[in-house]
Amino acid sequence: MIDFADTHQTTLHTLPNGLTIILREVHSAPVISWWVAYRIGSRNERTGQTGISHWLEHMMFKGTPKYEQGELDRLIDRSGGQWNAFTSMDHTMYYETLPSDQIDLALDAEADRMFNALFDPEEVESERTVVISERRDNENSPTFWLNEELRAAAFRVHGYHHSIIGDMTDLYSMTREDVMAHYANYYRPSNAVAIAVGDFDTATMLAKIEHYYGGLPTGPAPTPFMRPEPEQLGERRVVVERPGHTAFVRIAHRAPSATEKDWFSLAMLDSILSGPGGNIDNKTSRLYRRLVVPGIAAGISGSVEETIDPYLYQIGATVSEGRTPAETEAHILEEIERVQQDGIAVQELEKAKKQARASFAYETERVTNQAYWLAQSAMLNDVDWFDTYLSCIDSVTPDDVQQVAQSYLNARSRIVGWLLPTGMEGEA
Amino acid sequence: MIAQTHQLPYSGNIHRTVLDNGIVLLIHTLTHVRSVVIAGSVRAGALYEQPAQNGLASLTAEALMRGTQSHDFDAIFSALEDIGADLSFGTGHHQVGFGGKALAEDLPLLVELLNDTLRYPTFPERQLENLMIQRITELRYSQQDNRYRAEEAFRKHLYPPEHPYHYSSYGTIDTLQTLSPADLKAFHKKHYGPAGMLLAVVGNVEPVKVIELIQESLGGWRNDLQPDEVDLPELVAPEKQQRINVVLPGKTQSAIVMGTIGPSSFAEDYRAALLANSVLGEFGMMGRLGQVIREDMGLAYYAHSRLDGGVGPGAWSISAGVAPDKVDVTIEAAIHQVNQMRETLISEDDLEDNLSYYTGSLPLRLESAGGIANQLIAMERYNLGLDFLVNYRELMYRFTREDIQSAMRRYLDPERFVISVAGPSA
Repeated sequence: MIDFADTHQTTLHTLPNGLTIILREVHSAPVISWWVAYRIGSRNERTGQTGISHWLEHMMFKGTPKYEQGELDRLIDRSGGQWNAFTSMDHTMYYETLPSDQIDLALDAEADRMFNALFDPEEVESERTVVISERRDNENSPTFWLNEELRAAAFRVHGYHHSIIGDMTDLYSMTREDVMAHYANYYRPSNAVAIAVGDFDTATMLAKIEHYYGGLPTGPAPTPFMRPEPEQLGERRVVVERPGHTAFVRIAHRAPSATEKDWFSLAMLDSILSGPGGNIDNKTSRLYRRLVVPGIAAGISGSVEETIDPYLYQIGATVSEGRTPAETEAHILEEIERVQQDGIAVQELEKAKKQARASFAYETERVTNQAYWLAQSAMLNDVDWFDTYLSCIDSVTPDDVQQVAQSYLNARSRIVGWLLPTGMEGEA
Repeated sequence: MIAQTHQLPYSGNIHRTVLDNGIVLLIHTLTHVRSVVIAGSVRAGALYEQPAQNGLASLTAEALMRGTQSHDFDAIFSALEDIGADLSFGTGHHQVGFGGKALAEDLPLLVELLNDTLRYPTFPERQLENLMIQRITELRYSQQDNRYRAEEAFRKHLYPPEHPYHYSSYGTIDTLQTLSPADLKAFHKKHYGPAGMLLAVVGNVEPVKVIELIQESLGGWRNDLQPDEVDLPELVAPEKQQRINVVLPGKTQSAIVMGTIGPSSFAEDYRAALLANSVLGEFGMMGRLGQVIREDMGLAYYAHSRLDGGVGPGAWSISAGVAPDKVDVTIEAAIHQVNQMRETLISEDDLEDNLSYYTGSLPLRLESAGGIANQLIAMERYNLGLDFLVNYRELMYRFTREDIQSAMRRYLDPERFVISVAGPSA
């Protein structure tokens, strides 16, 4: 197994203005991926400003005095590179992956827009409708409505309560000043981590970064808004009705944060129950055999996300034509109980570990992915998270898996969601 | 090692072998990865099915892994999933494509399963029933998807019923329900064979060993029943503009798909059309369409264009998702951009930007083993030659602004557009 921590030189630096820098040389292709990640995401948003982090992310592409709107799109495409950004519950990340000899463009672009975004009033209003359109595009999927209701039921207090794109009412009511204040509060070196992975010499790259970022203003790291979720006191249920023909069931339980040991045990449990995800199929997973093979469900999936605060372990099923959400739910719960009572076989765990090792190998072949995972680790406040991922997985025992099934997947912390189709009356 | 891995695939480092039975094998070694990717195709796409049996080719392909003479469903997927490997088949109009990935040491198992599933499937009845349930559920679900519905209506109106592209290779609920295991067995027996099969292997592998491995397994495959390649009927773009409205209650957004027939990948002006498409709806933030419809007017999250090419000719289309009351203004803005490119030469800067984008992005497109494998298959399918990538810059820089305008004028005529809109109201 390739151990990237051993085979590629990785160094950690901090500039006097507080910017944390992670550099990893990987010379497999003549490209470099440059990421700047900010410790601000939808979990830090207040009611009335839901979706503001994501909207701000959009505004970061609308120009600065140095690079007018569209100029960086042009320069990056011209250089044969790619760039993008995304907002998560925990953070906001920006990246460029470019041919190695073009990397100065990325370094300059991110340094520039950390402080100099324009927020032209017309552009702000134009982008408001773009974000609203993005939300409407999400609404096209019936499961978006179910997911949104499920999260709202799961988190009464914590910011994981609302979807990243935000509530429609807030997208209409937020102001330019709100977005600018969010920018001023959270976009600064002390609240950011920058990562480069690729075909460079570390000393040379560090000198370039100091050149572009060393002169940026110093300031204390902000304290983002956050409210911890109180303990859940019993099962919660939501039902969503939407036009269509297909029913869905989603069963969620409160999960540990990604830096807790139990998270890795839960990841192994998920792999055994619903498959490893990624490019690897799930047709020998317990829930596929229980639900899809006999035709009760047309598909099943599971997810345990790498979050800062405890989020959700979710199992989802697409109910087959002619079958019911109730029987689908019952079968899922019985499979959970089976693990709680009987545990798992050693061979099942070994298979899940081998799948994790293979996924890790595939995932890390591109420098862009390696940089993302280093950025994700930094956002979890554990820069070693990615490099120790496989050893943490490897230390999980069958008893650990049974224990997390017993302690996390209980009725008291369960949220069940059903999406019920109401048909397609009026279709033409 | 660094110098070696930074080299583009070309005739000096791609091992191309044609087996006695006609299978074309392309191998490229990457020493910096631990995995191996296989990609390829067999000549058994939806062109070879009758409209009344629409979905037969794709159901046959999907059922290949549901059981073989030596492995049942569970054994096939246990073998793959136990080692974190993947193998899957997908069906287009012309080909059934396949792709797989494994750690490099597991290539023999991947090849064994590819050989087994391609040649010896048994199509167990119970497995087919299960597949049918899943597919009907998926098809019912896609009826709620406004992008899917707009695309579907666009395709059906752009291609007449006598053309195979009129039909989705996925089939319909009605046609799928008529299919039996015997139909799948007969289709497989006639159409699956080595003639026309392409196979690329890219990763941490030794070419000599890969050739031996493939020769030992797929090298013995024969099928005298395989028909010649099908010629597509003559196709002309619609005579006049058509507008189709698909009403989907409860939706908050409308999906627009509009366009016409583009060039095939074999056409002389295909790459000029690619550059034109890039200027129109791809380069930067979705080209001129993105600039006007998203950035300037704030109408849409996505507004872009796509040139399908392929053996085709495939479509050349514009897509956008907008509020229902902004449909007409969006269509108008998109047509205005198309007409502007038909009437006025793009600037020298635009040409240079887009040439630089197409040629400069090669390192990124070829960073992964999967990206290289797909590129090798395309080079073989479209007779581009093994040195296509090293000659790519020279090839692209031959095109002029006039070539781009000419491609726009030849293909993308709004007066002959099919305009499809799926949303909450007409």
